[in-house]
Amino acid sequence: MTVATLDFVPTELARGRGGGGPAPTRIVVAYGFWIFLLSDFVLFSGLFAAYAVLSGNTAGGPTGAELFNLRSVFIETMCLLFSSYTCGLGALSAERRQPGRFLVFNALTLLLGAAFLIIESTEFAGMVSKGAGPSRSAFLSGFFTLVGTHGVHVTSGLIFLVYMMAQVVAKGLRAHVLHRLLCFSLFWHALDIIWVGVFTLVYLMGAR
Amino acid sequence: MLGRLSLAAIPLNQPIPLITGLVVILSILAVLGLITVKGWWPYLWREWITSVDHKRIGVMYLTLGLVMLVRGYADAIMMRTQQAIAVGDAQGYLPPEHYDQIFSAHGTIMIFFVAMPLVIGLMNFVVPLQLGVRDVAFPTLNSVSFWLTATGALLVNLSLVIGVFSRASWWGYPPLSELAFSPDVGVDYYLWSLQISGIGTLFTGINFVTTILKLRCPGMTYMRMPVFCWTALASCMLIVAAFPVLTATFVMLLLDRYLGMHFFTNDAGGNQMMYVNLFWAWGHPEVYILILPAFGVFSEVAATFSGKGLFSYRTMVWATLGICVLSFMVWLHHFFTMGAGADVNAFFGIMSSIIAVPTGAKVFNWLFTLFRGRIVFTTPVLYLIGFMVTFVIGGLTGVLLAVPPVDFVLHNSAFLVAHFHNVIIGGVVFGMLAGYNYWFPKAFGFTLDDRWGKASFWCWLIGFYLAFLPLYQLGLMGMTRRLEHIPDPSWQPLLLVAEAGAVIIFLAVLCQIAQLYVSIRTREARRDLTGDPWNGRTLEWATSSPPPAYNFAVLPRVETIDAFWEMKRRGVKPAIEPSYEPIEMPRNSPVGFVTAFFAFFIGFSLIWHIWWLVLVGLLAVAVTILVFGWSENREREIPANEIARTERARLALGRPA
Repeated sequence: MTVATLDFVPTELARGRGGGGPAPTRIVVAYGFWIFLLSDFVLFSGLFAAYAVLSGNTAGGPTGAELFNLRSVFIETMCLLFSSYTCGLGALSAERRQPGRFLVFNALTLLLGAAFLIIESTEFAGMVSKGAGPSRSAFLSGFFTLVGTHGVHVTSGLIFLVYMMAQVVAKGLRAHVLHRLLCFSLFWHALDIIWVGVFTLVYLMGAR
Repeated sequence: MLGRLSLAAIPLNQPIPLITGLVVILSILAVLGLITVKGWWPYLWREWITSVDHKRIGVMYLTLGLVMLVRGYADAIMMRTQQAIAVGDAQGYLPPEHYDQIFSAHGTIMIFFVAMPLVIGLMNFVVPLQLGVRDVAFPTLNSVSFWLTATGALLVNLSLVIGVFSRASWWGYPPLSELAFSPDVGVDYYLWSLQISGIGTLFTGINFVTTILKLRCPGMTYMRMPVFCWTALASCMLIVAAFPVLTATFVMLLLDRYLGMHFFTNDAGGNQMMYVNLFWAWGHPEVYILILPAFGVFSEVAATFSGKGLFSYRTMVWATLGICVLSFMVWLHHFFTMGAGADVNAFFGIMSSIIAVPTGAKVFNWLFTLFRGRIVFTTPVLYLIGFMVTFVIGGLTGVLLAVPPVDFVLHNSAFLVAHFHNVIIGGVVFGMLAGYNYWFPKAFGFTLDDRWGKASFWCWLIGFYLAFLPLYQLGLMGMTRRLEHIPDPSWQPLLLVAEAGAVIIFLAVLCQIAQLYVSIRTREARRDLTGDPWNGRTLEWATSSPPPAYNFAVLPRVETIDAFWEMKRRGVKPAIEPSYEPIEMPRNSPVGFVTAFFAFFIGFSLIWHIWWLVLVGLLAVAVTILVFGWSENREREIPANEIARTERARLALGRPA
């Protein structure tokens, strides 16, 4: 909602008690998206908890130490972390109204994200071909669901990114496009935070 | 082509669901036919289905909740009747197969499709008005939320005529809900309808947290917000923090059922108690998602009808927030018998008792608000008083159950059934009905008939006590819940009393319908021309009844709590402004309806394994989102002269002759 005329109450705003009237659209959109991301973190917390409970229940099947290849996971992690860096550079270019640089940086984001997904799906395919698919044991159900849900998020993030790049090309960096770009950046960085948890809990602790 | 779906899915050999289903289908067809004959479709499409106005969406939520209340009640009376007659040698009239579906559907419907829509409906209608703003943060998302909830309700009802519903109760505990023990579509109906409506609920939570924290009229600091807004905020924060846990849990169960995974199976390392833990990590906060807004309604009702400010507003706010936090620390009391050990059980037992403290503080606040007030005994006030007595009894039996040794005796007994109906009917239902009577004139511009309202209240109150007090005693006598057949004839007299109570609750529902009918018939005599029929205290009463689409022509400026009361005290009269600014309002949008339409097909085809239709539905939803995400012209401007005209008309009405 936008409200055309508002005389603000600077003192109350400064005191942070929220007496200044409705916030501008940019704040409202970003704040709402933040709350959505928090809910997404809660969803992941459920999956993390399930994985933690089930990680030892291999039912005679392979364990994490036998399955995980820390080298490829490290490369995968670096792809994702660097994609956040290029995403950040893209966001700065958007702030400075430089659509060309924005597109170049985010093309890199796209490539790095796709590389992450390719490495991840290769890992998944290798495990399934070894007979270590999600229905082999509770541990593997938890593993595939937790890591796979993150992968689904990365995939939707990439679709989101392509869509936003198309909007930038078609419409330029207008206010409402910038609002949505802000949401994309928040989303992409949030996936990093989740991945740090996955990397630590699943791979580092599981590969021992 | 049609997956698991075939003609065998229609229960031709079971007369009860078949006849019920036919009657429901015929009545729906009759309503749709009437709408077509009268040519109401364009109006419905324009003013309701595509509306993103929070007031309209609120009314639609409340309608959904009240209609589903009748469905949930039908399940209840069937169970009561079965238990009253299937004693000893008699087998009653319901086969176990069917009885198990009825208790599962009753719980699922009453929590997700009655209580939630009623609570969310009231929040939708009231919160933006009380905050003195024009809509919620994301109006189109709000419409998506409603239609997804309606889709979930539709799927649950569809299981009546196509296939079966879950027999695994409203929790769907594994291993019973796993494929090995529930191979038919029942559990899938349960899971998919709740996943779809759960997304809608999550969006509502996000929307309202953002609205309440970021969109309030100038001067409305946190400590000047009406208490109902505080409770709505607490409830929505709980939705954001708890509903994703339910979604994740159901995802795991679905993966077990659809992809052969082993989260909760008996074999390959699955862990059933993890489901129970995760379910209640959502489930206990859910209880407070429902009851906190009811507390908010009663706070408004107590203050308005005793003509004085709420006693100790600050304790009310802090008690609400305290409950909000504590509600995440008590979930294990739903299964003390799991065997977590004495230390864990003691911790959760103590936490469960502690949560009664802020609730108790609230009860005293309401009492002191009424104390020496000039109480007007309207229907909402009767609900308030009935609530305070009933809810305290329910709370006390809850504290009793929070003592682990007692719980070991009473776990899964009729005593527990009595306890949670005591708090949900005495708390949530009474609260929502009080809110319905209280805010109805604001929504429709005329008051509800008080005599029928009071008759309905007394039937609810007496019916409730007759229906559930016997269950406390039966629980102590050893009767467990969900019995399809009563082995001990000495329980029958009390079960007959409970049956009588259920019938009296039916009278309450009839009185409710009569109240609506009579009020509509006599609406001209009961018009609310001032917009302030109860001498209210908060901003929703400062605008006309029903409010214009933009709620407030000029956003109010708030300097105290009970802002409208303060305006009246200072003699500020609503007046025509010398000039109005044009107002930007969100445009209508079919996105919510279209998304839900395809979500229905996604849900239905997932239940029946019609994979191509799943893909079509997913693609259609994706396209809808992408098209909406591309649009920019989402707002329309109401010109200043139109606002001036509307305001002049409404102020002319309110002027005493």
